[in-house]
Amino acid sequence: MQNLETSIIAAEGISAWYGNHRAVENINLDVKSGDVLALIGPSGCGKSTFLRCLNRMHEEIDNTRVEGRVLYKGEDIYGEDVDPVAVRSCIGMVFQKPNPFPTMTVAENVAAGLRLRGGFSRSEIDGMVEAALRKAALWDEVKNKLRAPGTSLSGGQQQRLCIARALAVQPEVLLMDEPTSALDPISTGRIEELMTELKKSVTIVIVTHNMQQAARISDQTAFFLMGKMVEHGDTEQIFNAPAREETENYISGRFG
Amino acid sequence: MSDTLRLPRIQRRRHFKSMVANGIIMIFAGMAILPLIMVFSYITSSGLPSLNLDFFVKLPAPAGETGGGMANAIAGSVLMVVMSGVMAIPPGLLCGLYIAEFPRQKLAGALRFVIDLMTGVPSIVIGLFAYATLVVPLGGFNAFAGSAALAIIMLPVVSRTTEEILRLIPSQLREAGLALGLPRWKVLLRLIMRAGRSAIATGVFLAIARASGETAPLLFTSFNNQYWSSSLSEPVASLPVQIYTYAISPYEEWHRLAWAGSLVLVSVVFTINLMSRVLLKRSSN
Amino acid sequence: MRSDRVFNLILRSLAVAIIAGFLGLTWFLWKSALPTLKVAGAGFVWSQAWDPVANEFGALPFLWGTVVSSLLALCFSAPVSIGAALFLTDIASKKIRSPIAFLIEMLAAIPSVVYGIWGIFVLAPFVREYIHPMLNGHLGFLPFFVGPPFGLGMLTAAMVLAVMITPTITSVCREVFRSVPDPLREAAIGLGATRWETIRLAVLKTSISGIFAAMVLGLGRALGETMAVTMVIGNRPEISLSLFKPAATMASVIANEYAEAQGDSHMSALAAIGLVLLLVSSIVNIAARWIIKRTESKTHV
Repeated sequence: MQNLETSIIAAEGISAWYGNHRAVENINLDVKSGDVLALIGPSGCGKSTFLRCLNRMHEEIDNTRVEGRVLYKGEDIYGEDVDPVAVRSCIGMVFQKPNPFPTMTVAENVAAGLRLRGGFSRSEIDGMVEAALRKAALWDEVKNKLRAPGTSLSGGQQQRLCIARALAVQPEVLLMDEPTSALDPISTGRIEELMTELKKSVTIVIVTHNMQQAARISDQTAFFLMGKMVEHGDTEQIFNAPAREETENYISGRFG
Repeated sequence: MSDTLRLPRIQRRRHFKSMVANGIIMIFAGMAILPLIMVFSYITSSGLPSLNLDFFVKLPAPAGETGGGMANAIAGSVLMVVMSGVMAIPPGLLCGLYIAEFPRQKLAGALRFVIDLMTGVPSIVIGLFAYATLVVPLGGFNAFAGSAALAIIMLPVVSRTTEEILRLIPSQLREAGLALGLPRWKVLLRLIMRAGRSAIATGVFLAIARASGETAPLLFTSFNNQYWSSSLSEPVASLPVQIYTYAISPYEEWHRLAWAGSLVLVSVVFTINLMSRVLLKRSSN
Repeated sequence: MRSDRVFNLILRSLAVAIIAGFLGLTWFLWKSALPTLKVAGAGFVWSQAWDPVANEFGALPFLWGTVVSSLLALCFSAPVSIGAALFLTDIASKKIRSPIAFLIEMLAAIPSVVYGIWGIFVLAPFVREYIHPMLNGHLGFLPFFVGPPFGLGMLTAAMVLAVMITPTITSVCREVFRSVPDPLREAAIGLGATRWETIRLAVLKTSISGIFAAMVLGLGRALGETMAVTMVIGNRPEISLSLFKPAATMASVIANEYAEAQGDSHMSALAAIGLVLLLVSSIVNIAARWIIKRTESKTHV
């Protein structure tokens, strides 16, 4: 059972299907508030699918199904009268490839979520855009081109723009689906630095292919294999003394 | 229980708006297919009662008399569509092949532009052209001019589908053929065209379907004929022109024949469309 | 290889023949139109009089009829087509997408003359019995809704045209919406956007020029459409604001009068109208293709 004092989001018996294919099988996983949890595993192991179950993105794909419960602050996000739209504004998401809206400027991109929600004055929005861009460590680079198209930034900047866009609506949890896999090493380093900064204010669940990245930035690590979670624990323990042989094989294989 | 996962009152408007917009989109989708249902059910309900054996085997009856059929118009349509197919399909295939396989030649680019333009030329204008080139010199309305006009309509359709299909065929096939030491023309005609043949056939069928329903370019090329035509240099009846003539006539009896004719025409066109789709699906599986 | 050279020569001569044929088409039209253009000059396009018996020929009523009926059709068809395309890409489940798309495509397969027959016997009476009394009765003081309850006229023609161009606009819009990358939709959904907000932010905003191209393409199709319009527009060369009055288009006057045209000047005038029609529809089609090409190269970056 979820410990309400410390855990902010908890999966209970989550299974997910694409048509008849079960991609994720019966996952139980707790995330403590303020932690960074890394999901690792070979491609196709269901870690991204599981991540997408945590803010009800999975069901946006045709012919898919989710079973089980995900408790956000003790409340099931799959509950009957829960609104997926509200879920997604509490639990933000950053995707594999930077996906700023091409028709919007830098500032408009960051403000997009706030505008959807409405009820903010123009100056409030300006302030929140600046705060989000500062949080995403992008403010200094773009403060002079807030009116430039979002797509005019470099790849790494675009990804931080997307992080700023997700942060602007002040989610308490941020889901990141291999956020650096499309980026060069320098941009990747920037984003990793940013994550260690961010975890002071948001809880992060990140899917990554990159072992070193998981080791560097996460507090907790969960290892997925063929739709099942093999092992979950402190990052140090998972990388230094994994309890299961599959985990050890995967990690040592990757580290050579 | 907290309310974080439910929307505050102010946010419910967003959901309401979304539902309304979804509803409107669905209504529009329904409106888009409604005419199909209306036209089809109208043609069927009014055409079916007048459709009998006479329709297919008898000549049109004179105005005011009952009975009669469109035998000559059906035959004329078949004749002209076949002739236009013979005139348009081989060059259409070659044009598509040329545009797709020799994109670096300037001439191919020019041809592509002209084919694009031809697709947009109103069919009535093609009728004017066929009139000036084939009706005036031959001294009167004739079946050949009608076929030529239909051929000009078919050619760009055939060319464009061929081009699109050939572009989808992987270049490895070309390289494999050339590596065998085959001359390029053999690779193109024997390997490439064969690889795309069922998809290309679909395009050809669709072009035939389109030509079978064309009316405007026939109005002053093949014109019309109440009797059997004995030669290609005479005016010839065709199903679409006959439907048109009867539909705008004041006689109830002719209207009935026009409905029956429409039903036949639509059935033929739909059958060709369905057949070509089945063909395409079978080949892609 | 020698055989390859021969093959290439065949293809090249075919290409030259087709290009020459197209130029020939334009030239023949020009030649047939020349007598009229010599007499009337550019004034042909701006003259309102059309009286074959008195040898007076002006194209303006037909230009007006063509442009107004096509634009009206576009106004009717565009929202429906965009909505239908959105339904096919963003609302409908995968299972019902292709059957519905198929039905809409079949709409394009119905021959023009069949639409004409439907227009005469179903749509025109409907306009006469229901739409005319409603609009003329309540809004008859507006110049758009004056006029007799014929049923045949500008409005009926525009409605038939709208039905006929819907498949064109829908299929182009569908391609445009399909080319919007899914990550963009996910970006919006992930931000907590509703379905409609996702469509608005991710799909519509990025597709504006593609939608425009689809509309121009539909317009091109409407401009040249002949049979159905000829059968329901009433064929009277008058310029009027009223939607209920009969009118005529460039294509309809050629279809109506050419086979029975008396005298060379009448035929020449009709050929001149054909030439104008060819020019207008070619320009519109080139414009549409140009916009599409530009959009494609933009989205592929």
